[in-house]
Amino acid sequence: MDHKHIEMRGVRKSYRFFTLDDLSLSLEPGEVMGFVGPNGAGKSTTLKLAMGFIAPDAGEISVLGHPMPEAQAAAKRDIGYVSAEMRLLPHATLGWHMEFVKSIYPEWDGGYAATLVKRFNLRPEQNARSLSLGEHVKATLLLALARRPRLLVLDEPTTGLDPVARHEVISEFMDVLRDDSRSILFSSHNTVDVERISDRLTFIDRGRIVDSSNKEDFLDRWRRIHVKLPAGTSLPELPNVFGRVNDGQFVTLTTNQYSEGLRALIGPHVREVQRMNLEEIFVANVMYHREVRGS
Amino acid sequence: MYSGINISQTDARPMYLQIMEQIRARIAAGDWPSGKELPSIRALAAALNVSVITIKRAYLDLENEGVIVTRHGKGSFVADVNGLAGELQEERLEEHLTRAVEIGQSLGLSEDDLAARLRRAQRNLGKN
Repeated sequence: MDHKHIEMRGVRKSYRFFTLDDLSLSLEPGEVMGFVGPNGAGKSTTLKLAMGFIAPDAGEISVLGHPMPEAQAAAKRDIGYVSAEMRLLPHATLGWHMEFVKSIYPEWDGGYAATLVKRFNLRPEQNARSLSLGEHVKATLLLALARRPRLLVLDEPTTGLDPVARHEVISEFMDVLRDDSRSILFSSHNTVDVERISDRLTFIDRGRIVDSSNKEDFLDRWRRIHVKLPAGTSLPELPNVFGRVNDGQFVTLTTNQYSEGLRALIGPHVREVQRMNLEEIFVANVMYHREVRGS
Repeated sequence: MYSGINISQTDARPMYLQIMEQIRARIAAGDWPSGKELPSIRALAAALNVSVITIKRAYLDLENEGVIVTRHGKGSFVADVNGLAGELQEERLEEHLTRAVEIGQSLGLSEDDLAARLRRAQRNLGKN
């Protein structure tokens, strides 16, 4: 029971126009990992690899202690997977779908399913075809949550949801985490949701992991430093500073390793040190790595 | 149960600081007396829709400040310290004064200017 919920090491998957390379990530029980990247960065491919839907060209993947994709049947009993691509059968009702999932998974919790129907404002007698986009997303989430799986793998779970529905869904995710043996891996480009509920963050861009760390560390380390340099003065050599923008006497620096020491190095010219939100950190991080990789 | 604690997306302070501030306020006001058990980390995370690690960070920092104590396996409790409420107010005063000095410096105010401004603010409050 002590193993990691997801462990990927040195994973590689090549397609004609896209390669996911040197991918490593791990998810502990009780954790929420937010997986953030631009469109086409490789988020969905990574989640599909974790689910065993596709096999890697190289590297190792283990989920809930099961090697993937070989032992996917055993692993999937305890994983709930939801993606925006999933479609319910259009002419069947939500109630029919609930009975269907219940017949496959003995862990199905009917009482919890009924609670979720109410909380998500869904109607079991409604045909899937007539559900709005938001209702459809909530219905697929309900079918996964009511199985009470140990691991939830969610591909863009809040896309297409209005603010109220997003709040309902996120509250439900956090409710899952009251139990410290369960975990969630979710991808999103909505950094507000990710910033709020993730314990760990992994940024991916162009098929490679750019950065991965504890969320509080991310938010602590990154700073924007505003400096005013009087004419004739210049800044000393500064470690871990990039994204330098000059505008007359005003200089804006971005760092991913802020410390009091760095501030002292810049000295009396510091006008202001600002924290950055996750979206700003994400964009700065991606731009920086693209520069380093020379593209 | 803890619906009174709010996280604002427009507040520039990180979420863990916002949570710490609101817990301190409850303790300083006496609503959370010493010895009171705090909600568990996971319960508060679920109630506020905030990650577990953010609550952990807030509790850890409150513990380092001596505001709460955590007994392993038993939970976290409001610390039993005499005059804690007063200390917290002292700290807040110190924080605000430091900030005022920083802003004063960026405006180019002299020490005397700033002191005069403080006296004026006191007199203005006194009139009300």
